[in-house]
Amino acid sequence: MRFGVIRFPGSCDEIDALRACRRFADAELLWHGDRELRGVDAVVVPGGFSYGDYLRVGAIARFSPVMESVIEFGRQGGPVLGICNGFQVLCEAGLLPGALLPNSGRRFIARHLDLEVVNASTPFTHKAAAGDVLSIPIKHGAGRFYAPEEVLDGMEAQGQVVLRYAPGHNLNGSLRDIAGVSNPEGNVFGLMPHPEHAVDPLTGSEDGGLIFASLARQPVAA
Amino acid sequence: MARVRVLIRPKEGILDPQGQAVERALPALGFEGVANVHVGRMVELDAEDPARVPEMCERLLANPLIEDYEVLQ
Repeated sequence: MRFGVIRFPGSCDEIDALRACRRFADAELLWHGDRELRGVDAVVVPGGFSYGDYLRVGAIARFSPVMESVIEFGRQGGPVLGICNGFQVLCEAGLLPGALLPNSGRRFIARHLDLEVVNASTPFTHKAAAGDVLSIPIKHGAGRFYAPEEVLDGMEAQGQVVLRYAPGHNLNGSLRDIAGVSNPEGNVFGLMPHPEHAVDPLTGSEDGGLIFASLARQPVAA
Repeated sequence: MARVRVLIRPKEGILDPQGQAVERALPALGFEGVANVHVGRMVELDAEDPARVPEMCERLLANPLIEDYEVLQ
């Protein structure tokens, strides 16, 4: 099992993501200007400010050469994990529904908070049980998940709402407290919180490891 | 080449925290009687074929899910 973690100009969490992946499997960095995914088994689109987040968050990165390959990979059923800016990129790319808007309170927020696992039958969450609470940090200025009401209804019906902010922990104003969503097929998953920052007790929580362990099909306590 | 301006604004009904902040700041400076403030952005460009600008908007300049755009020539 080998992860590929994309590095865009302006990425800042790709090394943490790489280290998180390596706790459970092999992993290497992929460059935004390359089309080749080098045969990796799963792709991680990491956090940061790809291409300066100019125009709109994730809007320019979506057209990078590597993303053309990632879109193809995702459409063919390959597992793709988008974290924070990566989630924004996957929405812009049309691999995930909805969009991420500026936080309702206008402020950048960096805090550990609680997430509830809603769907534990995805390749990204099968090491958890529905209802489990994970402590994982957020750090973003544009994390307010938005989709039209009828789209949200369809997503809930299809099990595409994978993670929600626990009661009182929705600090960015996301509709229906949505923190992480998947595509209808379940092989593409994006979330605003940063599981790669929560894989070591040194930084307060290991709960994020569950996402990488699930994908790698390895024990959580690797 | 034709100079084209594209105005992009949040779709009606979508929370616009920037617009709200500006709306609340104006009365503090004595500008009463202002409502429905929205903050968007403007993209200015010279295009050989201005007829292609709406397609540029749909694919890159705006996100039609959350934003409306208006092309001015």
